[in-house]
Formats: sequence, structure tokens, C-alpha cells
Amino acid sequence: MKAALTLLLLAVLATLPFWLDNAYLLHVVIITGIFIIAAMSLNLLLGFAGQLSLGHVAFFGIGAYASSLAALGFKLTTPFDVTVAPNPVWLSMLAGMLAAGLAGWFIGRLAFKVRGAYFVIVSISFAEVMRLVAVNWLELTQGPMALNNIPPLELFGHAFWKKPENYWLVLAVAVFSYILIRRLVHSRAGRAMIALAENEALATSVGIDVTRYLVLAAVVSAAMAGAAGALYAHYVRIVDPDVFLFVYTVTMVIMVVTGGKGTLAGPVVGGLIFGLLPEGLRAMAIAPEMQWIAYGILMVLVVYFLPVGIVPALRRR
Amino acid sequence: MDQLLQHGLNALMLGGTYALLGIGLTLIFGIMKVVNFTHGELYAFGAYMMYAVVMLLGANFFVALPLAIALGVALGAALELVLLRRLRGADIDTTMLVMIGAWIALQNAEQFAWTGVAKSIDSPFPAAPLVIGPVSVAWNRVFVFFVAIALIALTYALINHTKLGRAMRATFQDRETAALMGVQIGTIHTITFALGSGLAAAAGALLGPVFVAYPSMGDLAAAKAFAIVILGGLGSVPGATVGGFILALVEELGAGYISSGYRDAMGFLLIIVILLFRPTGLFARKERIG
Amino acid sequence: MSLLAVRNLSVRFGGLKAIEDMSFAVREGEVLSLIGPNGAGKTTAFNAITGYLASTSGEIVFQGRSLRGLNTHQIAALGLVRTFQKTSVFGGRTALDNILIGLHLRGRQTPLAIVMGLPYVAREEQELRAEARRILAFVGLQTRAEELASALPYGEQRLLEVAIALAAKPKLLLLDEPVSGMNPSEKASFMAKLGEIRSLGATVLLVEHDMKTVMGISDRVVCLAQGRIIADGTPAEIQSNAEVIKAYLGERYKRALG
Repeated sequence: MKAALTLLLLAVLATLPFWLDNAYLLHVVIITGIFIIAAMSLNLLLGFAGQLSLGHVAFFGIGAYASSLAALGFKLTTPFDVTVAPNPVWLSMLAGMLAAGLAGWFIGRLAFKVRGAYFVIVSISFAEVMRLVAVNWLELTQGPMALNNIPPLELFGHAFWKKPENYWLVLAVAVFSYILIRRLVHSRAGRAMIALAENEALATSVGIDVTRYLVLAAVVSAAMAGAAGALYAHYVRIVDPDVFLFVYTVTMVIMVVTGGKGTLAGPVVGGLIFGLLPEGLRAMAIAPEMQWIAYGILMVLVVYFLPVGIVPALRRR
Repeated sequence: MDQLLQHGLNALMLGGTYALLGIGLTLIFGIMKVVNFTHGELYAFGAYMMYAVVMLLGANFFVALPLAIALGVALGAALELVLLRRLRGADIDTTMLVMIGAWIALQNAEQFAWTGVAKSIDSPFPAAPLVIGPVSVAWNRVFVFFVAIALIALTYALINHTKLGRAMRATFQDRETAALMGVQIGTIHTITFALGSGLAAAAGALLGPVFVAYPSMGDLAAAKAFAIVILGGLGSVPGATVGGFILALVEELGAGYISSGYRDAMGFLLIIVILLFRPTGLFARKERIG
Repeated sequence: MSLLAVRNLSVRFGGLKAIEDMSFAVREGEVLSLIGPNGAGKTTAFNAITGYLASTSGEIVFQGRSLRGLNTHQIAALGLVRTFQKTSVFGGRTALDNILIGLHLRGRQTPLAIVMGLPYVAREEQELRAEARRILAFVGLQTRAEELASALPYGEQRLLEVAIALAAKPKLLLLDEPVSGMNPSEKASFMAKLGEIRSLGATVLLVEHDMKTVMGISDRVVCLAQGRIIADGTPAEIQSNAEVIKAYLGERYKRALG
């Protein structure tokens, strides 16, 4: 039964560009898909490994910038003399994921040293520092003038200029990410992460190396967010420091928490709601500020009345 | 050397308000264990209230200032009563998420009410700066400095020499025992949050006329407040006081000698460096505040 | 040949001496109990031995290997597995999952293999699940496999705790007041279980208050008072030891006056 539903859902999703005949809406779906990938990655760190990381947008942005710079090529004079030639998109995206994963490693080690509320602050600060670097290091990032003309996504030499092709790639990455997280969570490594989140002293007493699994969660989570960032960069083909804004972390957190943190479907459900809701509200001609006020209130309400999120609440029925 | 003196003086003038921000947050963070994401919004609120009262209502600057602070205290109390009361005993994730929701709602409400255009607030001080030998300082900043010091002194007096202050310190040290001794924890929480918010609003009311008021001004202020709290040690009011001045100095020197673009990054960098090397802060005195 | 040798162990907090110059050994295959009045330092000793607390001085040697400087999880990996005084389970997970987590060290799956979905991962998962069910059956909790650990009654949670520890294949099992809070029949069945564990060849270091329990199951007893060892011998020797009687009686005497 569950398998049949899943296949149906996948069939619907795979054929979406054929029956959704609106380029703008397809664009919204693609962006939502990218956000869902980022939300799933945040869920691994926040929901399963229990780390209050509120700097997730840093990984997204690092992936976006690293991939773009690798694809465009760049030249630096200070602090070192470096010239990098343009690279194929697929290689650049890997570079993006690698850079993000490296940042994840750093955050993972930090999370182990610094706990609880302090880690929240550190993670936010990290993302802000990234943003300020992106704004100020003009030679590398062009600052607010943005990186332009980023090469589009491509496969086997065929560039994806049309929306449906981008959509399918995002869908494929999203499905792949989901499967990856599911495999991880249902395995020995996933159990170790969950254990350290739930009862760290007990986890170490049975031989679980807390640092190792924390870092693992952080690296995988960061690399996946970096992939989302790279997809974003090559899809919209412009990247500016706003990609590091805290508000995007907040969006991802809302998606994960409302959908249900620590569940596999949670970030997907949350992502669909908060990715598509703005469009619904926009159709009603509501000012963007009112929208965000509504989100803020919605988040508070969800926390009060559905503290475990939508997916677990539905499961209980 | 003169440049250094000027930087030092600038830092001194600004440090007081930073200290206010930090003290407010360290009280809330320390006593209530709440990651207060709305702290920055109270700062912005203080600035906007000054704008409303001085520019829109045409009231006297020196009347508007205490009024703006009082309104900040009221807003803080309201937030605690409406949002945080029922979350007593909830885990930190939950509280954090509620505060984030409140922060989003507040900032966008401010944006909606006042639009994104920066607002300047007239102050009754002469435009020409006070010149003392090789250094100069604007009159409005001197005023800000003295008011900040006065408010800091008042806060110290409250915490160290009143019954209320003693109750707050007891709650910080050991909540269960304090409750057993008859301290009304709920009331203490409301008062703490109101006081901390009032201090943030005061900082905003003081700095709003010096700079300008714009909707996202709270975000940077909040970040700096957190940096100060971490620098000074959670729950340490002296730590936050000194931390405020240290942050102002680090910002001044960073902006002066490295690059002005990175001025605001200094706070964040400070946070990361401190937490890496001295996580409990410079003045960690976990046993008491005040 | 002793499995665990504690030599001149001292643990001090600031000026407070929690444990002073403690020396004893645990022989392979035996059940040794640490007893003593409240505050004697029993749990502190446990924490120091298993790495949850840093010792100020002294040596802890397990199978000839010094434990100084090792992490808690490294010590567990060597075969010293402990339970906690306050009930400690993974409340939000099912009983089966709890055991599976305990089986962590027995798994070989690497993160890369997991992500790639290599076939041996699925095979190992099946084996681990089967083993987990066996362990649950051993402690009599097989019917509880799919229940949340936090939903289990107190006595069963304590059994689950021991089961988790057993899953980690301990060479030396350290039980911290395992029967506290249990009613007499629960205690009796637990001690019977402990007897079974022991007959499987496990070595057990036990901290307990309940004298009847202790004397019934132990090969040797070490009595602590105020951070020091005051007696070390067979149950019979301990029961007739004057120092021990004073340590316990003294307490009762004080309480009677109190």
C-alpha cells in the first residue's frame, strides 16, 4: 500500500512539467524543491542528531559561491596570487559540496566543544561572518554586485536552459537525498547520532564516539545543503551575499519544525507548505511583511499545539 | 597616537549603550535560560518610539526618552506573559522557536508600520562637536554616555541593594531552592524579561537619534548583545558591562585599522574566538549575578 | 590474574576528598560488590573507573592496560560497560532500538557503505536485529520490543538498562544500584538474572545498598566509608567485620539520636 502510494507520488512528480503549464509556477516548484533538499539536510543535524544549528544557511551559501567561483573561474591578488580557470559545472558542484562539507566539519567539531544555547549563537555568528565576508571581499565575490552569468546546470555536455530539465535534476537530487538520509538514519551510524542526541552519557557507555558521529552528521548535512546551494546558483545563475541571510535559515527551520523534526517526511511536508504558501498568499495580494508576520505567528502556534510537528501528529491518528 | 585616543574615546562613548544591551540580555539569558531572539527588536522598538514621540507627536526629547524606555519595559512584560508563561519547563528548542517566531512577527510589524525607509530623530544637542585637545566628540554621544552610565548604575543598585534584586540573584543561582524559599519565580521571570527588554529599548532610544532608525537595526544589535554576553560570561552583569566597552573598542580598532566594512563582523568573530578558547567568558561567575 | 586493578585511586573536588587512596582488584569471573553508607564514594568510584570523572591520582588498570586519559567511549570499547544510578534508557526509542544502539560496537557498517547501500549493510542489520531480540528475550522483555522505552514500567526499564549494557558485550559489567526502587519480587527475579549472567562467565562489579542482595550474590565485598576502603573480603568476613558494623551502625545510631 505504502509502496503503491510512493510510486504514484513519484509518477505525479516526474510528469509535473507536462501538466503544470505555467513557467512561473514551475519556477516556484523548483525553488521549493531546492529548499526541501536544504531542509532535509538541516533535519539530519537538527532533528536526528539534536544539534541546535541555526547557521545552516552558511553551508547553502558556501556551496553556492564555491560552485559558482569554480565554474566561472577567478583571479585573486591578495592575500595570495591565485588564478583559477573555469571548470565544468558538474565538477564545480562537487567543489561546492566539498567546501560546504569542510565548513560542516568545522561546525561539527565546534558543536562538540560548545553546547546548547552557546552553540546556537556560534552557528548564527558563523553564518553572519560568511555573509560579511561575501559582502566585503570584493575581489573574490564581487560583493553586492553579485556573481553573474553563472553557467547553467548541465548533463553530458547538454546545458539545461529550459525549466523542465532543471526541475528534473532538482527532483532527482531531492529523491536521492531522501534515500541517502533514510539509509543513514536506519543504520548503525544513524542510531549512534540519535543516541547521542537522546542520552549522551548512555551512548558513550556503550562505546559510541560522540565526536565522530556529531561530525559525521554535520559533514553530511553541510554537504547536502551545499549541493542545494550549488543547484540554486546554477539555476538562477546569479549569486549575491543575500544568499547568506539569516532569514533563509529561519525558513528552513520553520519547514523542519512544522513538518516534524526527526522524521523523514517532516521536512518534505514542511517544505511544501512553506515553499508554496508564499505563492498562495501572493495571489491574495497580501503585503510581504504581513506574510512573514503570519509565518511567525504560525510557528508559535505550531510549537504550542503541535510541538512534534505535522507528520508525527498525523501518524498518531 | 591621536588617532588611537580618538578611537578610544569613540569606544568609550558607545560602550555604555552596548553595555546596556548586554546587561539586559545576560539577565534574561542567565535567569530565565531563554535564548532571547526578540532582544534586538526591543532595541529597534526603543528607537522607533523615540521617533514616534519626538517626530510625530512633537514632544520634548527629554520627555520622550523615559517614555520610550517605559514602553519597552511594557512590551517586554507583555511578551513574557503572552508567550513565555506557558512554556515554563519546556525544552530549549521549543522556547527558541517561539522566540524566533516572535522575532519574525515583531520585525515585520515594525517594517509594516514604519516602512523600510530609515527615520532620523531630531535631538536638541548642538551639531558642532565638543573638542578636547586632540580629540573631539559629538554632544549627543556625550549625553548618551552619561545616561547609559546612569542606567547601568541604577541596574546595579536594583540587583545588589533591593529585595527584588536578591530574589533575582537567588533565582539565577538555584531556581528550585529559591522557589522553596518563597520566591515567586513566575513574577521574577516577568520582571526580568521586562527589565532586560527595557534596557534594550533604552539602548535603542539613546542610539536612535545618534544614528537612524530602520527596521532591521535590531538584528545587528542582537548579535552584538550576544557577543557581549558570551564575552562577559552568562549571567554576569559586571562581565556584560566590561564586555560592552571591550566590544566597542574592538569594533573601533577593527574599523579603524583593518577595514570599516568589517566593523560589524568584529562582534561575531569575537564570539567564535571566545567560544573556541574560553567558553565560559572572561568573567564567568556562575554562582551569582551582580 | 585480576581483570581490573584499582591502585591508590584518589578523587578530589576542590578541597573535598571524595575518594582517598582506594585500592582493590576484581578477579575474572567473580562478582564483587561495593557497599557503604550514603556518600561513601561508591558512585564516584564507578564514575572514575569508567572515565566519567577525572581522577586526581592513582591508577586504574584493566586487563593490564592503563585507563588513564581514555575517553568514556574508549573505555567502553575495551569492555568496561556500566549502568547508571538514575534510570538511563533512550526514552524516545523502542525497546528494540535501545538494544540495537547497545549493539553499536558489534556492527561493522561504515558510513560510506551505508550511504552506498552495500548489501552487507542490510545483512548486518538483520543479524543485529536477531541478536537484539535474543537479548530482549534473555531479560524477559521480548514482548516489549516495539514499545517506547519511556512507556515501560520502572522495573522493566531497569531490566532494559542492563540489557543495553549486555548488548555492548562487556568483559566487566559495572552495575550502579541496579535494584534500587524495585519491590522484593522484582529484586529477586533480577538477582536470578544476574546469576544467569554470571554463569555465562561475565565479571560483575556491583554497587548496592541492599545487604541481602549483596551477600547473596557476591563472591567478595568491598566496604567503603568516607571515601576510603575499610574492609575487603568474603560476605561472611564482611558481615562480622567490626569496622563495617560501626560504619553502618554508626549511621543508624546517629539517625536514632537525630
